[in-house]
Amino acid sequence: MAEAVTDDGFVVFDRVQKSYDGETLVVKDLNLSIAKGEFLTMLGPSGSGKTTCLMMLAGFETATHGDIRLGGQPINNIPPHKRGIGMVFQNYALFPHMTIAENLAFPLEVRKMGKSEREEKIKRALDMVEMGSFGGRRPSQLSGGQQQRVALARALVFEPELVLMDEPLGALDKQLREKMQFEITDLAHNLGITTVYVTHDQTEALTMSDNVAVFDDGRIQQLAPPDLLYEKPENSFVAQFIGENNTLEGVVTEISGDTCVVRLDDGEELDATPINVSKVGERTKVSIRPERVEYNKERLQEGAHTLRAEVLEFIYMGDIFRTRLRVAGNDEFIIKTRNAPDVERLTPGQQIEIGWLPQDCRALDA
Amino acid sequence: MSDTTDTGGPVLAADGTPLKRSLARALRRQKMRALLLIAPLLLFILISFILPVADMLYRSVKNGIVTDTLPRTVVALADWDADSGDLPSEAVYAAMAADLKEAAAAKTHTKVGTRLNYENPGISSLFRKTGRKAKKFDLEGVSSWKEELIDINKGWGDVGNWRTIQTYSPPVTSGYFLNAVDMRVGPDGAEMRPEAERIYMNLLGRTLWMSLAITVCCILLAYPVAWILANLPMRQANILMILVLLPFWTSLLVRTSAWKILLQQQGVINDILVWVGLVDDSARLVIINNQFGTIVAMTHILLPFMILPMYSVMQTIPPSYLRAAKSLGATDWTAFWRVYFPLTIPGIGAGSILVFILAIGYYITPALVGGTKGTFISNQIAFHISSSLNWGLASALGAILLAVVLGLYWAYDKIVGIDNVKLG
Repeated sequence: MAEAVTDDGFVVFDRVQKSYDGETLVVKDLNLSIAKGEFLTMLGPSGSGKTTCLMMLAGFETATHGDIRLGGQPINNIPPHKRGIGMVFQNYALFPHMTIAENLAFPLEVRKMGKSEREEKIKRALDMVEMGSFGGRRPSQLSGGQQQRVALARALVFEPELVLMDEPLGALDKQLREKMQFEITDLAHNLGITTVYVTHDQTEALTMSDNVAVFDDGRIQQLAPPDLLYEKPENSFVAQFIGENNTLEGVVTEISGDTCVVRLDDGEELDATPINVSKVGERTKVSIRPERVEYNKERLQEGAHTLRAEVLEFIYMGDIFRTRLRVAGNDEFIIKTRNAPDVERLTPGQQIEIGWLPQDCRALDA
Repeated sequence: MSDTTDTGGPVLAADGTPLKRSLARALRRQKMRALLLIAPLLLFILISFILPVADMLYRSVKNGIVTDTLPRTVVALADWDADSGDLPSEAVYAAMAADLKEAAAAKTHTKVGTRLNYENPGISSLFRKTGRKAKKFDLEGVSSWKEELIDINKGWGDVGNWRTIQTYSPPVTSGYFLNAVDMRVGPDGAEMRPEAERIYMNLLGRTLWMSLAITVCCILLAYPVAWILANLPMRQANILMILVLLPFWTSLLVRTSAWKILLQQQGVINDILVWVGLVDDSARLVIINNQFGTIVAMTHILLPFMILPMYSVMQTIPPSYLRAAKSLGATDWTAFWRVYFPLTIPGIGAGSILVFILAIGYYITPALVGGTKGTFISNQIAFHISSSLNWGLASALGAILLAVVLGLYWAYDKIVGIDNVKLG
């Protein structure tokens, strides 16, 4: 669940709800506080309400209930053009009938800025995204990556304190996307602007953000920095959605402080950290990251439970080995091992024993 | 790289023939089949469209009838100087007598009279009356045909009539075109007709002016409709689209008649205005059988041709452009005017060309609701085709209309660029 809303956030969503049809809520009780200079990513599957939240912040949708505050001021009734928020759209939305320089001049012209000041700012903004020599071109003459840079420059040229980005890298190929991810974060941190970034790509969210808000079903499922989100998911949705994850189902048989024992459906027992299970007898989904599974007995903790596993498939991926196992009736149990000289390469059919540290194994809601 | 490309000579196919010839042979069958498929349409267009247009264009300058009917006279008249003020020589009169005798036997003398009458009103009776006696002409027995002909009809003693015959004796004439632009061939070459006789240039000007007015009305009315169509959810847009297309499925004649009922002095609109009290019963508005009526009815009829291209262009403009403009600080109006409107210009251009070109040649509606002041040049063309039977003049007027449309099209291509036009 979302953290308690503090009033000192630069952007604050206070008990915001949104419904389009008056029957179902697309956004349910959203509470979110974003600090000045923070890079926050809204991550979630499509239809989870993340884009609606962004549109409410930009002013293109109105909240059905609740307050949105920007710099302490409620902005529910301020039209979009008076909010002074820069925005980068999924399809870039560069005006096709204007040159690059005219596109960048647009926000400055509507602010009635003088010509010399305007030109100076346009030049600075274009240089910032390394597009200085493209001012006279039309958007259609640029590649996707170049259009992306120009869209970024246009959103920043009038020096907004908050920039919204709606899946800006969705249309780019993988290599370019990775390069742009780096450039965008760099730019945002250097300029010290607050950024709200919407994406459905979890890698993008993890690599770029200070904080990630995972959306599902109109709610924030977890708001945390990337490392916590990945290593300490608070519920099964987040565990499943972020990164690769192995799930084993069972019943809690013992709870003592920060450890518990889970009896899996085939009778095997394992140690886990209870996260949102509270009592013995409750059903649970146990989550283990593939790279935290160990089959070298020497590296296992003393007294930890181990499970028997059968190797089904071994895939050589260069930097890592990816092995599919049958564990406690689950045929899709994946482990990842770094390709190091001392690591044993498994063969299909081989019987092994696997285990893990109890703190890496989290008993979540079923 | 294959071996054949390294030699520097023409690229050869595997069997040694030049690759170009080999490719042409391979494509020939395809081309033949494609041609065969479009052949019926091509033939149809050729027979029903291109040939008639070419024939009509030729008719606007064709003038063979004088030389065909009066061959000897034309030759004899060639040396005569009309500006001298003297009547032609005896030889010309003799030639005319011979020609007339032949023409009267073949009953073609009235046709020459009719043709020349277009240029010189009254001359047809000269031919008709003389023709009656021409059959009995004794070509050898008369000493002076000059006196004889003038004796039969005083018209043969008028230099002006002879000038008309001489002027219109070449097989090709600019006479119809001069007539179509209110000019005529006078003693000093081409000159404007007297103010009172000028018809066609005024009519052409009125046609252009009214077409422009109709186009502007269509733009103003269609723009908001197209915008709503493009921005409504699919289901409602479809219903609205049916309303737009409904007039297409109704006969043009029915729609025009409906306007007659609405606009006439005892019609629905006047009745309502009188009933509401805005207009006195004795001073009912005259809103039909004039320019106003034509503009109203034609705007309504041509509106779909403006809405559809606009709609198809607006549909392709993503809503994110307007949002981007607003997020950059533009008010609703600035966002519309600086971003949305410029992107819809291709649609406005396409619709305007379509409506203007359709309007300029419109016939039925102005004929029914235009009265005398609201008719177009096409109505005059129709008059010359079906009533006055002056096809040469009708062709010349049509050719001028065609030239105006092509000229406008060319100008539009230069200014806006025809590539920017989207029809759907």
